[in-house]
Amino acid sequence: MADVAVSLQERRPSWWRRNQRTLAPWLFLAPGLLMFLVYVVMPIIQSIWLSFYDWDGLGTATWIGTANYVELIDDRNFYISLKNNIIWLVLYMLAVPAGLFIAIFLNQTVFGIRVYKSMFFFPFVISQVVVGLMFSWFYAPNFGLYYQLYEWLTGTGFAPLADPDWVTYAIVAAGLWPQIAYCMILYLTGLNNVSPDQIEAARLDGAKGWRLLWHVILPQLRPATFIAIVVTVIGALRSFDLVSIMTDGGPFGSSRVLSFYMYEQALSEYGYRMGYGAAIAVILFLIMMVFISGFIWKMVGDERGS
Amino acid sequence: MKCLKTALLGTVALVALAASASAQTRVLKYNADYDPIPLKAMEEIIADFEAANPDIDVQLTNFDHEGYKTAIRNFLTADAPDLANWYAGNRMAPFVNAGQFMDVSDVWEANGLKDSLGSALASMTIDGKQWGIPYTYYQWGIYYNRDAYKAAGVDAPGAGGMNWEQFLANCEKFKAAGIDCLTTGSKALWPVAGLFDYLSLRTNGYEWHMDLTAGKIAWTDESVRKVFAEFGKIAPFVTANHAAIDWQDAAALLVQGKAANYVMGNFAVGTFKEGGMTNDNLGFLVFPEITAGIPRAEEAPTDTIHIPAGAKNVDDAKKFLAFMASPEAQTKWNAAQGQLPVNKNASVNTDDPFLVAGFEMLSSAEGGIAQFFDRDAPAEMAKIGMEGFQQFMVQPDQLDAILERLEDARKRIYK
Amino acid sequence: MFPRPIDRASPAVQIAYKIALPVALVIWLLPLLGVAITSVRPASDLAQGNYFGAPSTIAWRNYVDIFLNTPMASYIRNSFIVTIPTVIGAVALSCLAGFALAVYRFKANLLLFFMFVAGNFVPFQILMVPVRDLTVQTGLYNTYLGLILFHVAFQTGFCTLFMRNFIKALPFELIESARVEGVSEWNIFLRIVLPLMRPAIAALSVLVFTFIWNEYFWATVLTQGPAVQPVTAGLFSLNGQWIAQWHLVSAGSIVAAMPPVIMFFMMQKHFIAGLTLGASKG
Repeated sequence: MADVAVSLQERRPSWWRRNQRTLAPWLFLAPGLLMFLVYVVMPIIQSIWLSFYDWDGLGTATWIGTANYVELIDDRNFYISLKNNIIWLVLYMLAVPAGLFIAIFLNQTVFGIRVYKSMFFFPFVISQVVVGLMFSWFYAPNFGLYYQLYEWLTGTGFAPLADPDWVTYAIVAAGLWPQIAYCMILYLTGLNNVSPDQIEAARLDGAKGWRLLWHVILPQLRPATFIAIVVTVIGALRSFDLVSIMTDGGPFGSSRVLSFYMYEQALSEYGYRMGYGAAIAVILFLIMMVFISGFIWKMVGDERGS
Repeated sequence: MKCLKTALLGTVALVALAASASAQTRVLKYNADYDPIPLKAMEEIIADFEAANPDIDVQLTNFDHEGYKTAIRNFLTADAPDLANWYAGNRMAPFVNAGQFMDVSDVWEANGLKDSLGSALASMTIDGKQWGIPYTYYQWGIYYNRDAYKAAGVDAPGAGGMNWEQFLANCEKFKAAGIDCLTTGSKALWPVAGLFDYLSLRTNGYEWHMDLTAGKIAWTDESVRKVFAEFGKIAPFVTANHAAIDWQDAAALLVQGKAANYVMGNFAVGTFKEGGMTNDNLGFLVFPEITAGIPRAEEAPTDTIHIPAGAKNVDDAKKFLAFMASPEAQTKWNAAQGQLPVNKNASVNTDDPFLVAGFEMLSSAEGGIAQFFDRDAPAEMAKIGMEGFQQFMVQPDQLDAILERLEDARKRIYK
Repeated sequence: MFPRPIDRASPAVQIAYKIALPVALVIWLLPLLGVAITSVRPASDLAQGNYFGAPSTIAWRNYVDIFLNTPMASYIRNSFIVTIPTVIGAVALSCLAGFALAVYRFKANLLLFFMFVAGNFVPFQILMVPVRDLTVQTGLYNTYLGLILFHVAFQTGFCTLFMRNFIKALPFELIESARVEGVSEWNIFLRIVLPLMRPAIAALSVLVFTFIWNEYFWATVLTQGPAVQPVTAGLFSLNGQWIAQWHLVSAGSIVAAMPPVIMFFMMQKHFIAGLTLGASKG
């Protein structure tokens, strides 16, 4: 007994030292991890749970099983939102080639080019609220710049935000503006780091223009392209601000996306169907998880590789 | 030296005392959704109230009108003020049923309001109790620009008004003159509900309209189609792109003479006049008769103030409600805003021809007075319904699909 | 360099390029220019239908008006009060967490790392109802703290990814030799790694500042009214009151956009370094 006590006594000062490296990461992680668990991980689980309830946010929630999901199947607005999300996703991807195009256009060393690069990047720094207001004004019937230009060109004005078939495209166009700027800056940085030797070697072999871009430059830009695709996909699925600001989902709900429809169902004046909103959020989450898993799959590969 | 110090300390103590005395004024938090003109009117009323009650400090938080409709659900549960604006009728039912509004029957009782506010008693009563104070109401109808009528060579409506055929015939003439016969800005949806309500009230009458908003009539019923048939007649004459236009922007079209008529509430008169119109060229027309012989019903929404269940300063909130119910306060506020006081002892501003016309129109409406589509129907039905009206105006060929959708919603919402 | 430098092209191409640059820029910034001009247009111009001509006078008054007649100053102040603590909090937590994930080998390391990465990408709506509930129940609804806590937590995901990758790229020998000398883990972090992280901290601070300043969704979900709401939500609310007054909407938009724009131009190098981390190898 005494021996054990002594040996414990001796070990005592060294316990922390011996275990320091095992415990240290957890101590370093604790604050961030705790916050993240409380505000991100737990809410995801709670939302999934809530999607099986009927709850108005005020009274008590009642378990209704999969009824919310069953209702979604017949909900026209759900399909409109889903369709618009797909339009967003597909058209938003234009930001990647468009950003590349502008980056190539600006990747020169003429006088003042730094200022030009900053100015082209400018839209990304501005809040989506401001972008939305700007484009609302741009598209406004009768006096908007776009409306007037269209009238000047064709004789009759066109207000895309009033047209159920065009409204989503018009909002995506507004969203592309900052997103192209983002992709552009990614590619400008990428182009900066393309190996000059390989380009010269390829040029000596007679490669130029498209062939050079496709076979030599783009492979080297792959990291930039990956990030550009990731942020663009996420941005497209997250689209909320512009819809809320430019049309509030209208005309008659034609520009809804899942994120906006969820908010409308859960928190707007006419909604307060928390469970139904949660079910929409879960669907959006699952769609997003397909992409997130893909990205992580690739990143895990990179981690293993490095 | 010591003297100075004592003097200094004394001053500090005095200042502290003064500060604590002023801190004894009680704060009364009031959340509201006024546009600039009524906001100014309410600020004056609050100043009067504070002058009469120097120990109360009213802190008004003003929201934008559309944003408020979402915000109220948040602040009632999460961060309740002592007073909040809202609307009468079915529109307040969800909050009353969820226990979010306080029963203020005692204020009605103590101030004899069942008599003086009698006209609004029914729309403020749920379960035999009163849940707020109505302080204003306003008529809806057609506001028109006489100059636009002149420009198109159309006779302006006479004292007897006009009927629906005449109105539609005029629309053809306006169209030929390049003027929108009827304008609206339906970006926020509710302006189209005003138009629908009138078509409904004039086609099938008050009782039918109330049954419709109460969910007793199927949207696929033939009687509903009759309303939409009239709707279809006027829709082609409505300003293009109205779905992306705010009601104020459409008001500008009327002011500029680019549009001739506007189905609106009387609160818009301030906006028309701010844009430069006067009593000489702005006219008011009772919505034309469609089905002959139906008792004329009108639309006149009532605006109200409530005490949230989570209010902290209930006593002073009730004082404020009593103040706002008084004929003096209602006379003053409504004169400034150009609306009608609910209190029967308050006086209507007789210098305002629109108020006089509205008051006469409403007091002779033997058919009944509707609140408004989004106040008579439950919120969720109202939203789906107004989207349907807006869609019908843009895509009239979708009528069957729209009505079916509304009927599905009716079956689900009125359980 | 790709494409071929323009100064090696023919003079005609060079001139064409130098003309194309400003023309492209004007087209690119057309909506912004329109709003900038509208923001100094007197109300009378708009009433008379002068939407695109030169303003009859330069109406700086619009800018004065939005501060005098609306709670704009309060919204701007709220934005600062929310944004600055969020930047400090998120950067601090992610320095710690990033250090842990970059330096130590333990079983859950990659799992946790990818949890942060994935969390960073989830749709806000899946968090909305529970986070709002939590905020209401803790009495933090419509307080600065409620908004700050959420932002710190959510931004920690992105920031940890960033910090972890940055620290991974530092020479590990520094840490090894310090350990041999018996420096405690905390001091290794504080005295050896943290000083080397300055560029990453600068880059992240600028980025997070911009993200949070421009954030709109949570501002509307967790706050309301001019007392606490930041300028993005405030601007939208003012827009509801300023309908048909585009000169005020424009001036308000410009004011709301200013702080991140100034931040961007002052800290451009850090900003782009942060945004493009990983966009190039090495």
